[in-house]
Amino acid sequence: MAGWCRSLVKGVRSVGVRHFSDVRTVTLIPGDGIGPEISAAVQKIFSTAQVPINWEEVDVTPVKGPDGKFGIPPAAIDSVNRNGIGLKGPLMTPVGKGHRSLNLAIRKEFNLYANVRPCRSVEGYETLYRDVDVVTIRENTEGEYSGIEHEIVDGVVQSIKLITEQASRRVAEYAFQYARNNGRSKVTAVHKANIMRMSDGLFLRCCRDAAERNPDIRFEEKYLDTVCLNMVQDPSQYDVLVMPNLYGDILSDLCAGLVGGLGLTPSGNIGEGGAVFESVHGTAPDIAGEDKANPTALLLSAVMMLRYMDLQSHATVIEQACFDTIREGNYRTGDLGGKAKCSEFTDEICKKIEESNS
Amino acid sequence: MASRLSPYLSKVGCVLSGVQCRSLHGIAPLTSAVQSPVTKPEGRTTATLIPGDGVGPELCQVVMDVFKSAGVPMDFEERHLTELYARRSDSLEEVVASIKRNGVCLKGILATPDHSSDGELKTLNMKLRDELDLYANVVHVKSLPGLNVRHKNVNMVVIREQTEGEYSALEHESVTGVVECLKIMTREKCRRIAKFAFDYATKYGRKKVTAVHKANIMKLGDGLFLRQCEEVNRNIINVCKGNIMKLGDGLFLRQCEEVSAMYPNIEFNNMIIDNCTMQMVSNPHQFDVLVLPNLYGNIVDNLASGLVGGAGVVAGESYSGNAVVFEPGARHTFSEAVGKNLANPTAMLLASANLLNHVNLQYHGNMIKAAVDRVIRTGKVRTKDMGGHATTHHYSQAVMENLKY
Repeated sequence: MAGWCRSLVKGVRSVGVRHFSDVRTVTLIPGDGIGPEISAAVQKIFSTAQVPINWEEVDVTPVKGPDGKFGIPPAAIDSVNRNGIGLKGPLMTPVGKGHRSLNLAIRKEFNLYANVRPCRSVEGYETLYRDVDVVTIRENTEGEYSGIEHEIVDGVVQSIKLITEQASRRVAEYAFQYARNNGRSKVTAVHKANIMRMSDGLFLRCCRDAAERNPDIRFEEKYLDTVCLNMVQDPSQYDVLVMPNLYGDILSDLCAGLVGGLGLTPSGNIGEGGAVFESVHGTAPDIAGEDKANPTALLLSAVMMLRYMDLQSHATVIEQACFDTIREGNYRTGDLGGKAKCSEFTDEICKKIEESNS
Repeated sequence: MASRLSPYLSKVGCVLSGVQCRSLHGIAPLTSAVQSPVTKPEGRTTATLIPGDGVGPELCQVVMDVFKSAGVPMDFEERHLTELYARRSDSLEEVVASIKRNGVCLKGILATPDHSSDGELKTLNMKLRDELDLYANVVHVKSLPGLNVRHKNVNMVVIREQTEGEYSALEHESVTGVVECLKIMTREKCRRIAKFAFDYATKYGRKKVTAVHKANIMKLGDGLFLRQCEEVNRNIINVCKGNIMKLGDGLFLRQCEEVSAMYPNIEFNNMIIDNCTMQMVSNPHQFDVLVLPNLYGNIVDNLASGLVGGAGVVAGESYSGNAVVFEPGARHTFSEAVGKNLANPTAMLLASANLLNHVNLQYHGNMIKAAVDRVIRTGKVRTKDMGGHATTHHYSQAVMENLKY
């Protein structure tokens, strides 16, 4: 089945869009489980919309490096380095074989310092919350995830949370830049500087400095607990949120929960030399290969990618078609309470794109 | 069945009696921990009162008014503790001595500014918790009938360790621009909170305990995790799923697991904190009792409070081995409303009712709780955060009018 998917992927790829003069190459990591299916869906939709993109598909199945540790194959790393932009499906971290988490490895390898997760209510898929429209921007390289911890004496563990000025400054600056480029008006720094006065204090100071340099964007600072409290009562009061690693991890999933889960929320990892866009849901091995998966998260991530590449018009057309299809509700996949197959959902989106182009 | 359970129950009773029940007649009832008193209480009880910052003093005034109106035989020993105006604060030793003497305390929220005047990293709140060893914070998050919120029928208990973890105030700047913040987890304290959670679940007839953690982030190839897996008991779902185990939270999780093995009647599972927050906003009904390390506890306390109506309506309490501090469950000083007569005294009133129940004044505790419930259910008098226009004063008047003797 997976082989079939792969051949489908290749088939779609060969359709190509070479008549555009300015074709750019993007690395595609289809991922595991449902990854190949939803990647194929995205490729199909992109070719229908005649997006000037050439896919370069790579395999990131870990290979044993010279140091004896398993890691990403060098070819994949070269590809992302060359293209500067990647799209990635869900990856499974193999259990109990001494692999590093691949997601983490990719993040480290390409120095992706900011994780951007826009959460927007999807019309037609009702949750308890309406009109959610927030973006969480999370520092992605340090904080609690520095991985420095040890058992000092038996029964006493010390973990170190690392906050540096350089990384905090970088992500704070990016948050304001993102807000400006995406027509958003407010940045909220989320912190716990009342408890961690030095580390979160440093992060907060960097945000304040960035705010001064960007007077056109409104800035406010909020305690993490206050944001959690308010977010579940009235999410509309927040716009762009910027925060250290752990808080971002928690809040981004919380926000995804508000709009209906990880199957609908895109994600982008921005680095200094490039960016990798991904869907953050799991690999769903139980439905893999059954044509039941919902490609929305990966598709919206790909739309984010188009915006990042400044292909605004294509992004808008695809996004609109996707949201329209979900709203109309005739071709919803199982996770959204419908009965449609992944391919039917994809075809409907393609049809809408063709209609809007003709 | 009963005879088989009874040594077990009395053990639970012993464990909890030091913590919680000053006079529960030595019996630990299974379903309801709050009994009606056998006789009408005589004499008066004293409790420490810390009004706190922000709207705290206003809310404490409401409590005192309601107590007076309900004829509660309780005196307050008022102690001022604040980090904002160091000169107006009583000394920490004095406050601690008072709470130790009385065993119970009603406390508003203390503001914790980002910077202290003398570069101190510990906040006053942390110092108070450390001095009294208030290790377990319990917030019972329950939907209040009549309140118009998105999530209905929420009923969960959030139990938070609050003396270690991220709140250790151990930070330093290694070189300019690089700050290290230490999170300390100890086996002893992890075990203590896990034990507390299971004892609590047993005492209040709860079915399930969920440990919330973030033990999936970093792999440390020291074999600790493998050892942990071997110790896992059969009740546990889902532990080995992530092969990557963060040491600190791993320790916490392992203690919860070990303790859970001692409580075969209570279901145990664990959840990763980010998934937990996501589940909580989409399906909060799956949770019963949650046990969490310090920072996650703070997050989930607030999140859960938000589900049922916000910081103004949820009461909480902090336990040590020999004292209990009753306070609002989500800690916000609401300083922007000081003096505006806007604050919602519900959380404080419910906390005070819990306090009365704790010192065996159930008659009065229940009376106040029933009055608050009635006011909310009727829905005619609501403060701003509940979607109404009533002032704090109106609201407390309504509660007093609804006291039924």
